[in-house]
Amino acid sequence: MITFISPTLDYALLAPILIVLGGALIGVLIEAFAPRSARGSSQLFITLATLVLSLASLIRVRSGASTTAAMESVTFDGAGVLLQGSILIIAIISVFLLADQESFTALAAALPGSDEERTSLQQDLKLTEVYPLALFAVAGMLLFPVSTDLITLFVALEMLSLPLYLLAGLSRRRRLMSQESALKYFLLGAFSSAFFLMGIAYLYGYSAAVTFSGIHAAVIGGAGNGVYLLLGIAFLSVGLLFKVGAVPFHAWSPDVYQGAPTAVTAFMAAATKVAAFGAMLRIFYVSFAEAYWQWRPALIVIALITMVFGSLVAIAQRDVKRMLAYSSIAHAGFLLSGVIALNKSGLDASIFYLFAYGVATVGAFAIVTLVRDAAGEVTDLNRWSGLGKRSPWVATAFAGFLLAFAGIPLTSGFIGKFSIFSAAYESGSTAILITGVLSSAIAAFFYIRVIVLMFFKDPVEDGTSVVIPSVYTQITIAISAVVTFALGIYPTPLINLIQSTAQFLR
Amino acid sequence: MNLNNMNLLTLSMLLPLLGTAALAFVPKTNALLTKQIALATTVLVAVVGIAMTVSFDIGATGFQFVESREWIPAFGIKYALGVDGIALVLILMSVLLTPIVVIAGWNESEGGRWSPKVFYSLLLVLETMMIGVFASTDVFLFYVFFEAMLVPVYFLIGGFGSGDRAAAAVKFLLYSLFGGLLMLASIVGIFVMSTRYGNRTFDITALSGLHTVLTPMMENVLFLGFFIAFAIKAPLWPLHTWLPDAAKSATPGTSVLLLGVLDKVGTFGMIRYCLTLFPEASKTFTPMIITLAVISILYGAFLAIGAKDIKRLIAYTSISHFGFITMGIFAMTSQGMSGATLYMFNHGFSTAALFLVAGFMISRRKSSTISDFGGLQRITPIMAWSFFIAGMSSLALPGLSSFVSEFLVLVGTFTRYPVAAVIATFGIVLAALYILIPVQRALHGPTTPGNENLTDLTLREKIAIAPVISLIVILGFYPSPLLNIINPAAATVVSQQGFSDPAPTMSEGKK
Repeated sequence: MITFISPTLDYALLAPILIVLGGALIGVLIEAFAPRSARGSSQLFITLATLVLSLASLIRVRSGASTTAAMESVTFDGAGVLLQGSILIIAIISVFLLADQESFTALAAALPGSDEERTSLQQDLKLTEVYPLALFAVAGMLLFPVSTDLITLFVALEMLSLPLYLLAGLSRRRRLMSQESALKYFLLGAFSSAFFLMGIAYLYGYSAAVTFSGIHAAVIGGAGNGVYLLLGIAFLSVGLLFKVGAVPFHAWSPDVYQGAPTAVTAFMAAATKVAAFGAMLRIFYVSFAEAYWQWRPALIVIALITMVFGSLVAIAQRDVKRMLAYSSIAHAGFLLSGVIALNKSGLDASIFYLFAYGVATVGAFAIVTLVRDAAGEVTDLNRWSGLGKRSPWVATAFAGFLLAFAGIPLTSGFIGKFSIFSAAYESGSTAILITGVLSSAIAAFFYIRVIVLMFFKDPVEDGTSVVIPSVYTQITIAISAVVTFALGIYPTPLINLIQSTAQFLR
Repeated sequence: MNLNNMNLLTLSMLLPLLGTAALAFVPKTNALLTKQIALATTVLVAVVGIAMTVSFDIGATGFQFVESREWIPAFGIKYALGVDGIALVLILMSVLLTPIVVIAGWNESEGGRWSPKVFYSLLLVLETMMIGVFASTDVFLFYVFFEAMLVPVYFLIGGFGSGDRAAAAVKFLLYSLFGGLLMLASIVGIFVMSTRYGNRTFDITALSGLHTVLTPMMENVLFLGFFIAFAIKAPLWPLHTWLPDAAKSATPGTSVLLLGVLDKVGTFGMIRYCLTLFPEASKTFTPMIITLAVISILYGAFLAIGAKDIKRLIAYTSISHFGFITMGIFAMTSQGMSGATLYMFNHGFSTAALFLVAGFMISRRKSSTISDFGGLQRITPIMAWSFFIAGMSSLALPGLSSFVSEFLVLVGTFTRYPVAAVIATFGIVLAALYILIPVQRALHGPTTPGNENLTDLTLREKIAIAPVISLIVILGFYPSPLLNIINPAAATVVSQQGFSDPAPTMSEGKK
């Protein structure tokens, strides 16, 4: 006879996630019952209010570390708070981009080129479903880095992925491409989820546990079959590496980055990375740390290949979104060195890097949404030439974000790069340091090429123009730029905060 | 903030930033006010720099005008400033050259891609960084300035230069970034090692003991990271190829700062960082470096002789001069070190004179090809004489400032590396060629077509060039005020290496 033990849940600690879920449900209800005209503004308000409220509740409970937020399934600790906070802040600034409805299709269900599509465009319908979808994704992202059993981890993974698959297909222009990218993302994502599940099965077979602490105990005990552990780690890593876009599991990211509406790309590129790397850091630091000889060599190789491949292939890109996609692959390689470091400074550096990179990414994509012609966004880099002449401020801001990606001093990217490389080197990985530095040099080349294009080339007269940024986009760009440079000039408060709070409870 | 308690170094770095902030409020169309603000700011900074030099205590050892604040305590990084004699002289050179560049290049910013406002904002930001890079006593802070100063220079070349300026700017930036990233790897290495063996710090004085715990292999690798970055900056053969392009494409004023100040960061860095942090590795690599330096001396000189473009010519001569400076540094004698530092100062002014007069000539003739000029001595005597004196200073004519420093470098090198010194002496002969040939072609002889209507220097141009020429002449006869500042610091650096000057020896003659 099975006795049912009712779970004990610490609602205060789960509040940030629950608030976001609640907000998402309210959003769904608004879609169902509110008149069409009122949806846009009320959805934006609800979404923002939800995220801010969630952030506030997170700040309120920030010091309440607990391994039993939801039995052993969710652990609330310093690193979790910082990661959740980063995700929420990134979500807040990218929500402003969603508010700019120009990039979304008017009616997602209408076939591209059909009469319905034309009618929906004429009626000027707005696609407001994106807000609750984004909130669901945020809820999944919040849960992902604090899950401490494999089942919850998987649920969170699907929860953050499914809305993103949908969002990726909602582009207004080039809809077929957008839908193709969404399908690609979905299929490959499903594929990687299967690997992920397989990994869970092997790990369960190895340790007879699905909780991180149970696996950790089995690793220390060393009684299990080491092959199962190896397979489990390998398959689980495939799922995680897919989400962060590491080579050789990166193939989806350029297409999805390019095909998805830019506002979605911004949110996805920044926030998913934080969530996925957060989960990755947790499981490797908490469960697999003692078995590092099983996975570290392989992960080092992946990190090296990812850095070099991302940087090299980015050189050949002619499309700004694809270039940023490959640059994000290279950055995934840099971030993997934080996982490999497997020490406190590696954890601190990763969290700093994730936040800094996420904010700069949102800012960079926000600028991509501004460069348009009559047919929508212009992502062909050749047509960006002379942007500095036509709209100096937009070009300057973009150059600033690129310099941050390149890791030039006085930007957040430099501090991030320095701290993550030194953490990797501290743990003894000279190869990471050398390759990281060299691929940064390669990466600098294509960032600079874009700066040359914007500032030192004459504009092409083909109707490309920069739209006057709406107040929402302005807020996004302004916050991103201020954070990027503030963290480069005086990062001490954030570094101290991370250093004093970032740790994983076992 | 209490101005009385404020560190003069911080003040001199803050002033240009305030100037930049003031420029932000000037309307774009008001170019005159922009220039006036820039000039006033740079003159003020120069006054602060002179005040620092005057109040510098020659007898004291260690850094002066010290300031230290926590910046990123988690990594042991401090905002730490201070100067020894070497750094002070270079800061003095930078702050004196900047207002001269502003005056001489009064109209240079007009032909750029952007408004003069952008030009002067970049210039002022650059001045802050130039002071910061010499004044930092924290390795990390130094690196921040070292890398960040690339950005304004990049835009100054690419936005306001001539010819294929964008390509030259990119070449400059990529070379420098590559070197900088190698240095970053070494800085990470220093950081991890200092954490492992003691306390986390980037303080240069504290780190000077680090080499005692490093393995020779580790020390060599870390040394190379720094040295390659510096060898790109103060271009040593074979890392020099970016310099001629950048110098040719930049405006004359930018070139003055590029060759006069920025490249000195490389040679300064060799003294301050390579020698201080990695003395053993410095010794290991000295033969190789001296060889590269000698090659640079001769190679730069040969290229200069063959140069057809006047700006490229000056850039090539600088490669030769940087060879002398590097040789003097790694000779590890106090004369060599003092001579190298004085050389850096003098080279700043003689190159400035050459570039500025060349700029005046080019702006009149609308050409930078040497063979387009001819017979300027008769048409524009003052301009021609200025060029002549600048050229003589570049070839180290006795009585002009460069002679003193070149002589010291050669003497200092000869006592330890006689062969290198003897070969390097040929560089002086070649210098006579590469200066006298253009002097003869452009200044003397009959006036060639196209030059008849050139006008002589205007009052503004005379004001710009006069202080440079006077400094060259005065320091040629009376270099001791500067040497008094330099010598103690140079001697300290040499003795830190565990070297003492070789005693002069004499072979016994017949009784």
